[in-house]
Amino acid sequence: MKNLYNYILTIADNSLILAQRLGELCGHGPNLETDIALTNIALDLLGQTRSYYQYAAKISDENKTEDDIAFLRIEREYKNCLLVEQPNTHFGYVIGRQLLFDVYHFMFMEKLQNSPDETLAAIAKKGIKEVSYHKRFSSDWVKRLGDGTEESNAKMQEAIDDLWRFTDELFFMTEAETTMAKEGIGVDVSTFKEKYYEEVSEVLKEATLKVPENKYFTKGGKEGVHTEHMGYILAELQYMQRTYPNMQW
Amino acid sequence: MENTKKNWPLWEIFVRSKNGLEHRHFGSLHAADAEMALENARDVYTRRNEGVSIWVVESKHITASNPADNGELFEPAQDKVYRHPTFYDLPDEVKHM
Repeated sequence: MKNLYNYILTIADNSLILAQRLGELCGHGPNLETDIALTNIALDLLGQTRSYYQYAAKISDENKTEDDIAFLRIEREYKNCLLVEQPNTHFGYVIGRQLLFDVYHFMFMEKLQNSPDETLAAIAKKGIKEVSYHKRFSSDWVKRLGDGTEESNAKMQEAIDDLWRFTDELFFMTEAETTMAKEGIGVDVSTFKEKYYEEVSEVLKEATLKVPENKYFTKGGKEGVHTEHMGYILAELQYMQRTYPNMQW
Repeated sequence: MENTKKNWPLWEIFVRSKNGLEHRHFGSLHAADAEMALENARDVYTRRNEGVSIWVVESKHITASNPADNGELFEPAQDKVYRHPTFYDLPDEVKHM
């Protein structure tokens, strides 16, 4: 059970933290249409997060609620990958981060919907339609910006170059992931690593962007060792529940 | 021309809310091209499950009647009550007339 619990959090925390990052843009998007699109994506992810946390709360032996799981953990207990916690430096970063995650997320959901665990499979089946749209949105934008003006191309390239080092972690498997994959419940992410880089490279090429060649990758988030940004995200995310415990609205 | 370079063109959005109903004008939004207009329309106008189909058309392609011409265009119809089907008794079974 501990492994399943941790496994659910490994999946869900990615969506929670990315939703929080996108949520920061609410009212700050480059224009009204993109603002709404990004917050829609944030809400999709948050909806998925809730389903996962509700499931985790149900199987947890500590009588937890979904809110406890979302709001009352310390930084080291969050299992999201480093990619999703990276800041919204500029629109290129928002879109680049989204593409690098969406391509992974879609392939992951494709596998998860076949899990013999009925709850996980149901969440994936519902979520994959959302994720499919996210991927369409982010790859369209990467192509527009990459193949846009000299400036948009440079900014998009900067973001991709900068975020590239976080992509390998998507395919790093924690103990919980390895165990769940072995039991046939979880997804063996290594099976689509090659396909992932192929698809991302295709989008980048179509966007007239260079596929980064650096082989230096960093990881840690999935085991609770986060970048310096994570504390600030959690401070904002958890503020209400920490200040007014059990508050509801 | 300077202005059109900086701002995305305006698009009119038509959404069919259910199969069998006609597309209805929902509003307008900005987008760089038709594909983006569709995606934006999806996000701006159908996020609460309002639609099953979207049409987009660039606003400049719409020719509108001039409000100054309202007199000659519309007033002649006002006193011709016999053009309205109000002199018939409709059976109760006929709905939505």
